[in-house]
Amino acid sequence: MDLVTPGFGLVFWTAITFLILLFILKKFAWKPILGAVSSREESIKDALAAAEAARREMENLQADNERILQEARAEREAMLKDARDMKNKMIADAKEDAKQTADKMIAQAQEAIQSEKKAAIAELKGQVASLSLEIAEKVVKQELSNKGQQEKLVEDMLGKATLN
Amino acid sequence: MNLSAIRTLFLGIFLVTSFASYSQNESSALEETLLEENEKENKFDPKSMIMHHVKDAYGFHIIDIGEKKYSISLPIILWTDNGLTTFMSSAFDHDYYGNVVVESNGGKFVNYKEKIYQLNPGEDTLVKGEDGYPANTTKPLDISITKNVFMMWVSMLVLFLIFIGAARKYKKSENFIPKGIASFVEPLVLFIRDEVAIPMIGEKKYARYMPYLLTVFFFIWLNNIFGLIPIINGANLTGNIAFTLTMATFTFIITTFSGNKSYWKHIFWMPGVPVPMKIFLMPIEIVGMFTKPISLMIRLFANITAGHIIILALMSLIFIFNTVAIAPVSVAFSLFIIVIEIVVTAIQAYIFTILSALYFGMATEEHEHH
Repeated sequence: MDLVTPGFGLVFWTAITFLILLFILKKFAWKPILGAVSSREESIKDALAAAEAARREMENLQADNERILQEARAEREAMLKDARDMKNKMIADAKEDAKQTADKMIAQAQEAIQSEKKAAIAELKGQVASLSLEIAEKVVKQELSNKGQQEKLVEDMLGKATLN
Repeated sequence: MNLSAIRTLFLGIFLVTSFASYSQNESSALEETLLEENEKENKFDPKSMIMHHVKDAYGFHIIDIGEKKYSISLPIILWTDNGLTTFMSSAFDHDYYGNVVVESNGGKFVNYKEKIYQLNPGEDTLVKGEDGYPANTTKPLDISITKNVFMMWVSMLVLFLIFIGAARKYKKSENFIPKGIASFVEPLVLFIRDEVAIPMIGEKKYARYMPYLLTVFFFIWLNNIFGLIPIINGANLTGNIAFTLTMATFTFIITTFSGNKSYWKHIFWMPGVPVPMKIFLMPIEIVGMFTKPISLMIRLFANITAGHIIILALMSLIFIFNTVAIAPVSVAFSLFIIVIEIVVTAIQAYIFTILSALYFGMATEEHEHH
C-alpha cells in the first residue's frame, strides 16, 4: 500500500515547487512568449488588412478610371451629336433664308415688271394718243384734198397701229 | 482518449488487485520473512526490486562497482519532538532494511523500505511487528529532499532555462520572429493555446488559465521524460501518488474558485429537470466534483507507474531465468515498451492538461438555454 499512500514530504515540496514554477514562468516566460506571439499575430492581421484595403482601393481606382473614360466617351458622343444637329440646323436656316430672299426677289421682280408694264402701257397710250393726233392731223390734211383718200388713210393707219 | 481510459482502468484494476493481494493476504507477514530469507540467500526478488525502483528514495543511487555503492547524498529533513532534525542520507550508508541506526538531535532513526522511522526512546534496534512494519517506532514529519524532490528541482531549472531563454529570444528578435529555442517552444505553446485552452475554455476566458495549463503541461511532460532516462531511472516523480495528488488538487482548487453561478447551480439545483430529479442529482454532482480531480490523480499515477513496472519486470526476466540468453528478448521488449512510454509521456501530460482545461471550461461556461 506504500505505493498508493501519498507521502507528506513530496506533497509539500511539489506544492511549493509548482507554485514557484508557476509564478516565475508566468512572469518571465509565458507573458513575454504569449505577448510576442499575439502581437505578431496582430501585426500579421493588420498587414493583411492593409493589403486588402490597398487592393480594394486599387479596384476603386480602376473603376473610377473606367467611369471617367465612359464619361469622356459619352461627352464626345454628345458633342458630335450637337455639332451634327447644329450643322443640320444651319443648313436648314440657310435654305430658309435663301428661299425667303428668292421669294422676295421674285416678288420685287414681279412688282417691277408690273410697274414697267404699267409704264409701258401708259407710254403706249401716250403714243397712241399722239399717233391718233398725228393721224387726225393727216386725216384732216387729206380730207382737205380727197375725201375717199382720207378714209383710206385712216384705215391704213389703224391697220398698221399695233396695240401690243 | 477512450483507449487510454480503458488502459488506465485496466492498469488501475491490475494495480489495485496486486496491491490488495500484497497487503491483505494472510501470508503477508510470511511473504515478508520469505523475502528477507531470499535476500540472505542472495536470491533475486523481482517484486521488491521493482517496488524499490518505482518508489521514492532518500539517496540518489547511481551505480554499484563491485561491492561498493555510489550514490548522491541528499539531505533528510525531519520534524521531531526535539524540533528540526537534519542529516545527510549518506549516514544510512545505502541501508534501507532498518539495520543502520542514525543518531541525530537526540533521536535514533532508521531507514526501513525508504521510509524514515524514529525509534522509541530506549530502543536501539528496529523490531518488526507481525504485519511486517516496524513496531517500536514513531513516524516523524518527513520533509526530506528525496530523489523525487531533487529531480523535480532539476526539472524546474531545466524549465526555467528553456522557457525564460525562449522569452529572451523574442525580446531580441525583430517583429517577434522566433529563433533558436523559441522556434522549438512556440509550436508547443501554440498547441496548448489553440488545441487545448481555446476549444475547452473558450475564446473569452482562456487567457486567465494559460499560465497554469502551460506550466502543468511542461512540468508533467518533462518529469515523465526524466522518469524514463535510465541513468536517473527511478526518479519516478509523475508516477508518485503524492505528486499527482498535489497537481490534481491545484486543478480542483482552481476549478472550484472559478466556478460561476451557473456551475454551482448545475451542481446543487440542476435546472431544467423536475424537483425530485434535482434532489436526486445533487449528491451525484457533488461526488462528481471530487471524482474529476481524483481521476486525474489516478490516471497519471497509474499510467506512469505501470510503464515503469513493465520495463522493470521485463528486465527482471534476465535475473529470474538467471541466464544471459534471455537478455536480447528483455531488451527488445523493454525497448518496445520504452518507445511506447515516450509517446505516453506526452499523451499523459496532454490528457492531464486538456482535462484540467475542460474542468475550467465547465466551471466558467455560460449557459444560455435549456
